[in-house]
Amino acid sequence: MPPVISTNQLTKRFGQFVAANELTFQVEKGEIFGFLGANGAGKTTAMRMLCGLSIPSSGKATVAGFDVYTQTEKIKQNIGYMSQKFSLYDDLTVAENIRFYAGIYGMSKQAIKAKTTELLQELQLEKEAKTLVKALPLGWKQKLAFSVAIVHNPDIVFLDEPTGGVDPVTRRQFWDLIYAASDKGVTVFVTTHYMDEAEYCNRVSIMVDGVIAALDSPANLKQQFNAANMEDVFYELARNAKRKAD
Amino acid sequence: MKTLIFLLEKEFRQILRNRQILMTLLIAPLIQLILLPLAADYSVKNISLAVVDNDHSPFSQRLINKITASGHFRLTGYATSYPEALKMVEQDKADIALQIPIHFERDLVRENNKQLYIAINAIEGTKANLGGAYLASIIRNYNDDIRLRWQSATPSTPPQIEAVSSNWYNPLLNFKLYMVPAILVVLITAIAAMQSAFNIVQEKESGTIEQINVTPIKKHIFILGKMIPFLVLGIILFTLGLLVGWLFYGVVPVGSLLVLYASLIVYLFAMLGLGLLLATYSATQQQSMSLAFFFINIFNMMSGVFTAVDSMPGWAQTIVSTFPPSHFIKIMRMVVLKGSGFSDIAWPLTAMALIGLFLNTWAVLNYRKTS
Amino acid sequence: MRQLITFIRKEFLHVLRDRKTLLMLFGLPIAQIVLFGFALSNEIKNSRIAVVDYSKDPTTTRLISKIAASDYFDIQRSLASADQLHTAFKKGDIKMAVIFPASFGDDLTHTGKATMQVIADASDPNQATTITNYLSQIVTDYNTELAKDAGQPMQINPETQMMYNPELRGAPNFVPGVMALVLMLVCTMMTSVAIVKEKELGTMEILLVSPFKPVYIIISKLAPNLLISVLNLFIILFLSWLFLDLPVKGSLVLLVTCSILFILTSLSIGLLLSINARTQQAAMMGSLMGMMLPTLLLTGFLFPIENMPLALQLLSNLVPSRWYFIIVKRVMLKGLGITAIWREMLILTGMCILLFTISLKKFKIRLQ
Repeated sequence: MPPVISTNQLTKRFGQFVAANELTFQVEKGEIFGFLGANGAGKTTAMRMLCGLSIPSSGKATVAGFDVYTQTEKIKQNIGYMSQKFSLYDDLTVAENIRFYAGIYGMSKQAIKAKTTELLQELQLEKEAKTLVKALPLGWKQKLAFSVAIVHNPDIVFLDEPTGGVDPVTRRQFWDLIYAASDKGVTVFVTTHYMDEAEYCNRVSIMVDGVIAALDSPANLKQQFNAANMEDVFYELARNAKRKAD
Repeated sequence: MKTLIFLLEKEFRQILRNRQILMTLLIAPLIQLILLPLAADYSVKNISLAVVDNDHSPFSQRLINKITASGHFRLTGYATSYPEALKMVEQDKADIALQIPIHFERDLVRENNKQLYIAINAIEGTKANLGGAYLASIIRNYNDDIRLRWQSATPSTPPQIEAVSSNWYNPLLNFKLYMVPAILVVLITAIAAMQSAFNIVQEKESGTIEQINVTPIKKHIFILGKMIPFLVLGIILFTLGLLVGWLFYGVVPVGSLLVLYASLIVYLFAMLGLGLLLATYSATQQQSMSLAFFFINIFNMMSGVFTAVDSMPGWAQTIVSTFPPSHFIKIMRMVVLKGSGFSDIAWPLTAMALIGLFLNTWAVLNYRKTS
Repeated sequence: MRQLITFIRKEFLHVLRDRKTLLMLFGLPIAQIVLFGFALSNEIKNSRIAVVDYSKDPTTTRLISKIAASDYFDIQRSLASADQLHTAFKKGDIKMAVIFPASFGDDLTHTGKATMQVIADASDPNQATTITNYLSQIVTDYNTELAKDAGQPMQINPETQMMYNPELRGAPNFVPGVMALVLMLVCTMMTSVAIVKEKELGTMEILLVSPFKPVYIIISKLAPNLLISVLNLFIILFLSWLFLDLPVKGSLVLLVTCSILFILTSLSIGLLLSINARTQQAAMMGSLMGMMLPTLLLTGFLFPIENMPLALQLLSNLVPSRWYFIIVKRVMLKGLGITAIWREMLILTGMCILLFTISLKKFKIRLQ
């Protein structure tokens, strides 16, 4: 089976500045792929290129089998995306948000109805269906945003620092959702700053100064760097970074 | 097409949910439409006049009576000297100073010729213009009067041409008939251009636009989804505005409503295009507001609402012809007052459509889903 | 005190960083002064008219050429028949039609009296009145000419002097008006966003937990806008002097003092809006939808206030720009001193203090 994401020397320049330099990696179907790096290392730039939000300067990449230069609209049919700001509409209710996002992915009315009931049950938000999103606690919003990002059953879901600012229990619950999605065959591409989350991934890549400095399973990385946990692996790689964070 | 319906559903939900904004959008314009035409009254009826009567003759007295009886002038006071009267003008106590020189009556009778001195505060052009013209015509009439009285038997009556004037379309010279349609346009302009700009920038600021950008939604569908709600809102506001105009000012369009609404849609298309364009250039609500304010303010002053576009210099008229409101205001007044039809408004309507097409194309090209 | 300076510096940075807004803030007054100063005038010139001459005698020919020679009229075409009038009016091609009946020439020679017809498109009553007046003037002048040949007795010759603005330009009226309008709206709008924005972003909370006095927060929010507005004021005055030949006739110090007073008043209005609004959008809509047209109309530079119904006259007293407009006209155009404007200054001061106090009170209440 071909990889779901495949990049070859993918590069993005902003003038003189090389934000992402010759990235080459593959992500397999159903994999949970951790994308780590210090602030300003180039994670978000790389992710935006893969989502079709930003055109690469050079190199090649395909996402879900489609080219990131010419077939961005095709890519968008097949991916889900959740950003740091988890883009729900504050002034719409939970059900209305689900309905809207399902609708713009072209789902039929019956399908939307069924999906809404299913999601609300899964998230245990049945009672809050008619609550405005702005009234929800942060953790619930995140879970809802994730569910909305995969409402159309995409091949891949991109998560950009999805769990910022919530307690460990809520984070754990969030990862349960990720595992559930992965079990259904959805590929998960996730950036994070939490090293315990990195341990949950099948494979992890660590970016430093715009290049991929390491890429392997957490176990192998720990072995390679002779470290007790991912935190030490990360520190080992990132402390020599020249770029200042943001 | 199906996605468009979902977009629209979402937009309408958001608009209807935000009561504070909705009220500002609908109620504030209507209140203004009810009140402000009362303020827009150019008719010159209260020109204050300072008089220096150095003659104190029956002639001078009759002249002053004639002037005050005309209804256009209000005698604010007699000054003892011309400088004193000028001082009254300086302090805005009088708009016009009139001096009747000494021996006015005697010289007129004996020498058949006498001067009158008039000083007008010309800072306010309209008042000065009209005030001067009224005063001149009163003096002319007065002149004819005294001639008739003084020498009822004139040796030879000179040939007289009389100009009989009539006022079409607004015989009572009701200024409100002229202002109500224009003020309605001003209010709709502000709403259309600002709200569409705000709306998109808000999605930018809150980050939801990022989410939309990763969906397969087509650019033009998204933009349509943003425009249609405000188009509907504009039409509702316009309809309410027409009702207010009818109820409060008795403004009933002489022309067909079809022509009015067709023009309105073309106009909204252009103004919403402007809003979208401004949104693509702004990152924050504050920026979009400053930009929108810039244009709206210039539109208000230059589009012929208050001063005639025809009296502007040529270069200014060229600039104004690129402003959609100038065309729509013209159309409104033509259709509402004169009953002009499609063939009469063909040119402004086409101009508006072209400007709209240009603005929208620009906005769509400038709106990027990818960078 | 040092805190205050730190805070004011932060506010300045916000304003200076936002290039687009800054560009608008300075671009607007410049564009408006130049555009309005040159383009706007209340004078009505070059009105397009149509002439229908059924008589075609020497008198009508002479009268028509007199009308054509006038600056006020632009004879668009000669219509063959009056039936076409409605079409021409509806298209907006002409503003007035002058009709000489077929018997005009005969009447004049045989009875010494003849009647011509003047039809104005009165959809704009102001223009209709004015151009009808202009035309009557031409006809009267022509009559007088005829009469002079016959020796007209008892002629009154009015000598009219247009004070302060002999060429009847629009600029002397519009510049003070635009000054009042722009300063007021820009100040109100900019300030209306200031506080509600921090509320929306959540940064207000941080400020509130700091040992910073509420009044300092308000002062530092106002400082950059005050400075920008004063700068704007100087730009406007400079441009008016350079391009529009409108120097400040009176005392510059007095004018600037009054302007600052006016700016502070407008800032306070913005402040009040900002404290009451829940979202930026609401604040901006409030300041724009709520204030733009009323300011435009009730300042008095477009329509004379004494013509308005009493209720609106009273309402106009509440609009600060109304008083400022009077001050600018007197100081800048007429060169009068403080004795002529102390009343207006006093009113502005009162408004300013009142608005600021209310804002401060409301702001404090919200803190609890």
